[in-house]
Amino acid sequence: MTAGAAARRRLRAGLALASALLLAAGLAAGGEGWSPAALFQLLGSPDGALIVGQIRAPRTLGAWLTGGLLGLAGALAQGLFRNPLADPFLLGSASGASLAVVALLAAATLGGLDTLPGLLPRIGLVGAAFAGALAGVLLTLLLARGAQHTLRLLLAGVVVGVVLSAFSDLLTIAVPEALRGRQAFMLGSTGTLGWDGCVLLALGLVLLLPLAQRLSRVLDALVLGEDSVRSLGLPLSTLRLLLVVLLAAATGLAVSQAGLVAFVGLAAPHLVRRLAPGLHGHLLVVSALAGGVLLLAADVVARTLIAPQELPVGLLTAVFGGAYLLWLLNRQRES
Amino acid sequence: MTPVLQAIDLQVALGGRRVLQGVSLDLQPGWTAIVGPNGAGKSTLLRTLAGLLPPQAGELRLQGRPLAQWPAAQRARQIAWLAQQGALTGDLTVRELVALGRLPHLGLFGTAGPEDERCIAQAMGEAGCAAWAERRLSQLSGGERQRCLLARALAVQAPVLLLDEPTTHLDPPQQVAVVRLLRRLGQQGTVVSVLHDLPLALQADRLVLLREGRVVAAGAHDDTAVHAALTEVFEQALRIERSGSRYIALPDLG
Repeated sequence: MTAGAAARRRLRAGLALASALLLAAGLAAGGEGWSPAALFQLLGSPDGALIVGQIRAPRTLGAWLTGGLLGLAGALAQGLFRNPLADPFLLGSASGASLAVVALLAAATLGGLDTLPGLLPRIGLVGAAFAGALAGVLLTLLLARGAQHTLRLLLAGVVVGVVLSAFSDLLTIAVPEALRGRQAFMLGSTGTLGWDGCVLLALGLVLLLPLAQRLSRVLDALVLGEDSVRSLGLPLSTLRLLLVVLLAAATGLAVSQAGLVAFVGLAAPHLVRRLAPGLHGHLLVVSALAGGVLLLAADVVARTLIAPQELPVGLLTAVFGGAYLLWLLNRQRES
Repeated sequence: MTPVLQAIDLQVALGGRRVLQGVSLDLQPGWTAIVGPNGAGKSTLLRTLAGLLPPQAGELRLQGRPLAQWPAAQRARQIAWLAQQGALTGDLTVRELVALGRLPHLGLFGTAGPEDERCIAQAMGEAGCAAWAERRLSQLSGGERQRCLLARALAVQAPVLLLDEPTTHLDPPQQVAVVRLLRRLGQQGTVVSVLHDLPLALQADRLVLLREGRVVAAGAHDDTAVHAALTEVFEQALRIERSGSRYIALPDLG
């Protein structure tokens, strides 16, 4: 076995172990802080099974799955745009989801959800965020006239992000009652995750990860440049569009369940490349695993750091992510 | 004899500027070097021959059949293209990079077999990068990377090789090694390379001289009319002299 293969195996084992430990820690982390003893005491109490089984367990598993989707989306975005600093929210999914949530909150404030037409009252904030994320990416694709040109796609993503955020601001000014909900969405939270959400997230990960892996050779070949990929006989435009669809689905699903959790999608593939680089077939899977570990670790800390109060998990990931990027910048300067 | 690759009256424009005008070429087995001053359209011609740039007018034929009619995967097995070295992203190992050359044969979902492994090992051996097969690209110098990229193109095992500046970043011994390799490959198939270095280009079997998007001269390496055109296009800055059975270009300092 080569040194690279050994490092990849060690990283996978380490992340699997960290996932198991953090899943257990997530069950033990509650309003009174983090303690295995408190967990056993709680499980013996009349409400224990309900609290652990219906609140902590889905939240813990949901955080891990959300992180997994964000890690996968980050690895897809960085491979697709040939840029290690690419973020899964680059194509307008975050601003689309945010606008949909604000619009729904504003509509509910003005007339009540029941007055909304069609399916809107039933799909709720989660559905609105998912639909908004996909609509944001679709708008980006329309503006970029498809996925043929990377630069045009990136620029269209920036334009969509700015414009949709401006609409969200405008709506928030018109209906200030929507501000609180928007803020909660923007900070990210795993607090509302239930078993329904877990099922959706798990289905998403189980479907999207193998599909992304099937396309991983395109991402490998993209290191040579777009012309070289075409010269190898691969239909780049079609494949890139498929990759964008996978990226949008993974991001939209994660955002719809936990709001805008920053930096996990950026940091997870980065860490994997730093510790055990390899082909995208490896990178996509292990980035998903690393994303799960990062988000769940941040969630456990967010729940226990100032217990019984909770910090928004997105706030923690942003602080840690920012510190990580600064450290990276510093290292690059030194080297 | 039907040319392996044929360009008929090609016209190519980039960003509204006409880069190639009325270019016609018959490329036969052997090594052909495309030379010319900066901005002459050499790389554009090579990209067009590879089917990466659609011409606005004219036609390209591969083995007598219009290039546009070849399915992409089949065409990729016939023509291997090496880009002028640009920014190589990612952190693959040399072996992983060279293995990408087997994509035209494997597609997205195929698994590399013993024949693919043999081609990868042979390509790394020919390009002189087998010793660092497990090293990452980020740990290599520009010249070492160039040899890996050349190996990636060789791993396709295509009968037509289009190489844009294959000797960039290489030191003189490595340049000579690549020239020897191109001459040998030229005996087995069709090799077309863009070269800035005229002394190296004069080692090819055939020269094509471009200026302002037009073919000014084309012929064998020892064709004195081609030599005269070279001297004229490069504004008398060089002179071409015989050295044994080959010709060499020397700077003419007056």
